[in-house]
Amino acid sequence: MAQDNSEIRYLTPPTVEIKKKKYCRFRKSRIKYIDYKDPEFLKKFLNEQGKILPRRLTGTSLKFQRKIAVAIKRARHLALLPYVTDMLK
Amino acid sequence: MLNQYETVFIATPVLSESQMKEAVAKFKKIITDSKGEIVYEEDWGLKKLAYPIQKKSTGFYHLIEFRAEPDLIAKLETEYRRDERIIRFLTMKMEKYAVVYAEKKRARKSAEQKQEKE
Repeated sequence: MAQDNSEIRYLTPPTVEIKKKKYCRFRKSRIKYIDYKDPEFLKKFLNEQGKILPRRLTGTSLKFQRKIAVAIKRARHLALLPYVTDMLK
Repeated sequence: MLNQYETVFIATPVLSESQMKEAVAKFKKIITDSKGEIVYEEDWGLKKLAYPIQKKSTGFYHLIEFRAEPDLIAKLETEYRRDERIIRFLTMKMEKYAVVYAEKKRARKSAEQKQEKE
């Protein structure tokens, strides 16, 4: 069996995806405070429906994910960001 | 204990320029009357709201940064609630990084203005 497996040949060699290491952009650029008054920046952490993106997609560290969440919620309260929407971007 | 706070409020768009100035003056007076010290203020002007509030789609934004005793906040917020001109407000205690950030932002802004003048 093992030999059979090794004999499989592909017409196009399977591409092995090289995973890019995610990093926390706040840690990297040493941002300590996230401003809720800057909706354009906060939009980077929202999907098209205006929902907050999970950490596993953005790579943000837990500490800053919490701060982002608070900042986004403040911005929503002040109508700088919508609570619900479609096609935000 | 003096804390630094930041407050933003949205006034109805039906106000005239002078009425808006009067409203701002009123809230500034509330702060200064209870020994608060205004550090900075910023007028964002008429802005579009991301969603309608009280059936209005625009509003006048105004930001005030001040240092005051914690007791003042409750007083200020009841005044906000009583005032019909104010459709939304947010008061936030500034942590140390927020203060640093605000100062940097201001410094950058004044530097830009200087450059423009030159």
